Amino acid sequence: METLFPETRATTTALPTDARPTLLEVRDLKVEFNIRGGVVKAVDGLTFDIRRGQTVGIIGESGCGKSVTARAILRMVPKPGKITGGEILYYRYSRYPNKEGKTKDIEVIDMTKLDPDGELVRQIRGGEIAMIFQEPMSSLTPVYTAGAHLNEAITLHRLLPVKKLGDQMVEKIMQYRPVTKEEAREIAIQMLRRVGIPKPEQRVDSYPHQLSGGQRQRVRIAIALSTEPYMLIADEPTTALDVSIEAQILDIMRELQQTANMAIMFITHNLGVIASMADEIVVMYMGKQVERAKVVDLFYNPKHPYTKALLQSVPKLGPKTGARLASIEGMVPDPLHLPTGCVFHPRCPAFMAGKCDKLVPNWTEVGQNHWVRCLLYEE
Amino acid sequence: MVNYLIRRIGYALIMVVLVSFVSFVIIELPPGDFLTQKVEQLRARGDRSAEQQVEMLRLRYGLDKPFLERYINWATNFLRGDFGESFEFERPVSEILGARLGYTVILALATTLITWFLAIPLGVISAVKQYSLTDQIISVISFIGLGMPGFLLALIIMYFAIIVFNLEVTGLFSPQFQDAPWSFAKFMDLLGHLWLPALIAAVTGIGGLVRIMRGNLLDTLGQPFVESARARGLKNRTVVWKHAVRIAINPLITILGAEVFPSIVVGSALVSIVLNLPTIGPVFVDSLRKLDMYLAGTCIVFLTIMLLVGNLVADLLLAWVDPRIRLE
Repeated sequence: METLFPETRATTTALPTDARPTLLEVRDLKVEFNIRGGVVKAVDGLTFDIRRGQTVGIIGESGCGKSVTARAILRMVPKPGKITGGEILYYRYSRYPNKEGKTKDIEVIDMTKLDPDGELVRQIRGGEIAMIFQEPMSSLTPVYTAGAHLNEAITLHRLLPVKKLGDQMVEKIMQYRPVTKEEAREIAIQMLRRVGIPKPEQRVDSYPHQLSGGQRQRVRIAIALSTEPYMLIADEPTTALDVSIEAQILDIMRELQQTANMAIMFITHNLGVIASMADEIVVMYMGKQVERAKVVDLFYNPKHPYTKALLQSVPKLGPKTGARLASIEGMVPDPLHLPTGCVFHPRCPAFMAGKCDKLVPNWTEVGQNHWVRCLLYEE
Repeated sequence: MVNYLIRRIGYALIMVVLVSFVSFVIIELPPGDFLTQKVEQLRARGDRSAEQQVEMLRLRYGLDKPFLERYINWATNFLRGDFGESFEFERPVSEILGARLGYTVILALATTLITWFLAIPLGVISAVKQYSLTDQIISVISFIGLGMPGFLLALIIMYFAIIVFNLEVTGLFSPQFQDAPWSFAKFMDLLGHLWLPALIAAVTGIGGLVRIMRGNLLDTLGQPFVESARARGLKNRTVVWKHAVRIAINPLITILGAEVFPSIVVGSALVSIVLNLPTIGPVFVDSLRKLDMYLAGTCIVFLTIMLLVGNLVADLLLAWVDPRIRLE
C-alpha cells in the first residue's frame, strides 16, 4: 500500500519553521462587502506569510474578518464580497510533470488575479490548499457516503506514478496516471484509518447521518488531506465539538502535519487551542491586523492593548481569588461606521486623547518578527 | 423497505374504501335522484307512461333499497369489475370510461413529466442567477402561470390557434386516426396532439414548482456542505447539480405527490372540457350535474386510486433518492 502514498515533495522538516521556503504571501489584502447600507471593509490591509510546514494562527472576535481572509485565499469570498486590493502570492511547487514531462520548480501565482471559477484556481483549491470548516454536522452532503466524498477529491486531484524502468540521465523520470475507482476506495479507507475512524472498511460506506459529529470532522479532515495538500486552512475546525473530541482532532492534525510537511492556517477564537498549535499568530480586530508575533512572544510579551485584553479575558484555573473575569470594555463597533483613527480607540484602556482618535497607526516592527499596529509604539 | 411498502399499500387500500363510501354519501346528499329528473323530463314532454317507466327503472337499479345495501352491492360489484350502469347513457360504466381512463393516465403522466422537465431547470437557473434579468423574467412568467387558471389559458391558446394560425388543437387525434386501430402512426399522432393540452395543464404546476425550486436551492446553496464541495475544487456546475440540487429537490418530490399530481388530475378536467379531450374529467363533471351516481362514484374511485398511486410513487422515489429516509 505504500505505493499509494508517494513522497512527491522534498522534505524540509529538518529546518526551523521560519527558515523554510515561503508558501503563501499575503500582501496588504483588502476585501470589501458592498451592502445596502454602505461598504463594509471586512479585511483591510492584511499582511502575513506562511512558510512550508508552518502553522500560522489567526485569532480575533467573531466578525473580525478571519473567515473572509481564509475564503479570499481560495477565491471563495461569498457575494457581494470582493477583493479590492492587495496580493495573495502562492508559491506553487509543481507536483506532477506537465504534458511535456517537465516539472517547473516554483511558480508564483497571484491568487487575486485568477478567475474564481477557472481551471487553475480549482486545481489549487482542494488539491494544493485544502480547507475545512467549522460546521462538521452539515459539511458533508447528506446523500453521499463518506467514501463518495473522499473519492470525489481523490479522483479530482491525485495522480499515481507509473514506475518507469529506464532511468534517463541521473533523474528518474516518472509518469503519472489517474487513480482508478478501486484505488480511490483503497486510498479513502487508508485516509479514514489515518484520522482514527474505527472499522474504516465499513465506515467508508456510511452516510453522514450515521456518523457522530467528531467522526464527521475526522472525515472532513480525511477528505482535505487525501489530496496531499501543501496547506490546510482550518476555519474553527473544533469549535462545534466537545473538549475531548477537540483534543483528539488537534492531535490528528498535528500528527498529520508532521508526516506530510503541510502548512496550516488555523483560524480560531480559542486562545488555548492556538497556543498549542501555532508557530506564529496574527491578531485581527475589525478587519485590521493589530499584532503579529511568534507564539511565545505574543503570549508572554503582548504589545497591542487589544491583544493584552484578549489574553486577560481567558479564565484561569487555580485557587479562588474572587476577582471577576476581565472583559474588554465597550461594544464591537458597527462595521459600517468604524471609529476614526485607530479602530480600537473607543474600547482601549491605553487611549490617548487627541492622538488615537485622529491618527491611523502604522504597521511597526517592535521586536524581531514582532509587528504591531498601535500609536503607543510609534515615535 | 419491503415492510414499509406493504404498509403503504395497505393504507392506500383502506383509503380507497373510505373515499368510495364518502363519495357515495355525497352523491346521495342532494335531494332527489337521477330518476326524479327523468320523470320531470318525461312529464314535461307529456308522456303519460312516465310513472310506470320510472317504477320499472327504480326496480332495475335497486333504487328502492336502503342506502347501505346499495353501497355494499355497488362496492362488491366494483371489485368484480362491474361498475354498474350509467342512467344517463344507459350503458355500462366500464364501457363509457374504458378508453378514457387510459387517456387520463397518459395526460396526467405527460403533464407531470413536462412540469418537472421545465420547472426544475427554470428554478435552478433562477436561483443560480439570483436577481439577474433572467431570474426576473422567469419569476414574472412563473407568477403569471401560477395565477392563470388552466382553462383560461386553454381558451386563449385555442383562440389564437384557430383564428391566427388556423390550427386544430382540440381532441387527442387527427380525424383520420379517430377510429383507426392502434398503430405506430396513431401513437405518433397522439403524441403530436398530447403535448399542448399537457403543457396547458402543466402551467399552473410549473409556476408553483419554479418558485419552490428557486427558494429551496437558494437555501441549500448557503449550506456548509455546498461551500465544502466548492472548496474541494469541484466545477461550479458539479457543485450546483450534484451537491445542491440533489438536496434541494427532495421536498419537491413530496410536493409532487401531495400537491402537484392532484391539482393536475383536477385541473386537467377543466382543460379537457375546453379542449374536448376524451379523459375522465368532462364525464365526471357531467355525471355529478346529472346525479348519475354509479358513473360519478366510479370516476371518484379511479381518481382516488390515481392520486394514491401518485403519492406512493413519490414516497418510494423519495426513499430511493434520500438515504436518510431509506435507512430509517
